[in-house]
Amino acid sequence: MAGLGGRMSTVIKAKVSKILDKAEDPAETLDYSYQKQLEALQNVKKGIADVVTSKKRLQMQSSKLEQQVVKLDTQARQALAQGNEDLARVALERKDGLQAELQTLDAQVAELEAQQERLTESEKKLRTKVEAFRTKKEVIKAQYSAAEAQVRISEAATGVGEEMADVGLAMQRAEDKVETMKARADAVSELEAAGTFEDLTALGGGEDDIDKQLRELSTTSVVDDELAKMKAEIGAGSPPAPGELGAGDGAPETVDGDATDEGKA
Amino acid sequence: MIVRISGEGQWRLDDDVRTRVNELDNAAVAAVEAGDEPGFHASFDALLSMVRADGERLAGDDLHPSDVILPPADLSFDEAGEDFTGEGLIPD
Repeated sequence: MAGLGGRMSTVIKAKVSKILDKAEDPAETLDYSYQKQLEALQNVKKGIADVVTSKKRLQMQSSKLEQQVVKLDTQARQALAQGNEDLARVALERKDGLQAELQTLDAQVAELEAQQERLTESEKKLRTKVEAFRTKKEVIKAQYSAAEAQVRISEAATGVGEEMADVGLAMQRAEDKVETMKARADAVSELEAAGTFEDLTALGGGEDDIDKQLRELSTTSVVDDELAKMKAEIGAGSPPAPGELGAGDGAPETVDGDATDEGKA
Repeated sequence: MIVRISGEGQWRLDDDVRTRVNELDNAAVAAVEAGDEPGFHASFDALLSMVRADGERLAGDDLHPSDVILPPADLSFDEAGEDFTGEGLIPD
């Protein structure tokens, strides 16, 4: 097996010659190359736009989940106030699952943010090379005989072609990441719609049974702690602020706001 | 010789570094074949660090093609074991 550098060079160079060989008449190479370079720049811009769109989508999903968390917290309090501890426990378990999901989403948003920055940087680099090529081709045309110009043009075009292939690789990798995130986000949306958030652990990439059991253990103790805290708050004779309990059915937004403050206290 | 680190840019290195580049590259590949993930990261990181430290960075408007192109710094152990083609690093 050739080294990493050898393999990578071979693949990139094959791509570059594929780009360059398309021009049948050598005299056309110049303009053809330049046209391809401009197209490549457009593609990178599209790629960046795709990453931004996906990032916004994940951010929206994240704020939706945040609302759900607040709602479940309110519901748990209501259930507990009515003496229904089992129901309160279920609500808290779901809330805990959602919070884990929120963390994943936030990490994904950060990852896409980084991809966006990297691609923007790549686009800038490619634009610099394309501009240099545009200048150089005019110089070459003016100064060299046809045969010599051909050699120089080919070298310059290869240099830009390499940058194009490299940006293409960066875009492909960004796209793969976006696809993986999309698939996961869709699965989460489905679970959210079905109200089965306790199954979220099943989505964790590469989690084995032991991981799962450990996670369930910690979830259980987190939920137990939360339940005990809520009980203490309700039972300690400090009645909750008016509107906090029992108002959940009617005006969720107001209740959400109150419960957020309460949850953080 | 001119070395590109994919996703980063190009560096000009003295030709006598070629042997050292090859050694580290081969060590990285050997680690992949041996299933040694930490060994792979150690060699691959050392390779990239050497290029960045010993090389002279080419200007952004330099149009020279590279002699060697190294994979991106965030290359995973799994990706290093693939062909870099087809469903690998660089789909056709």
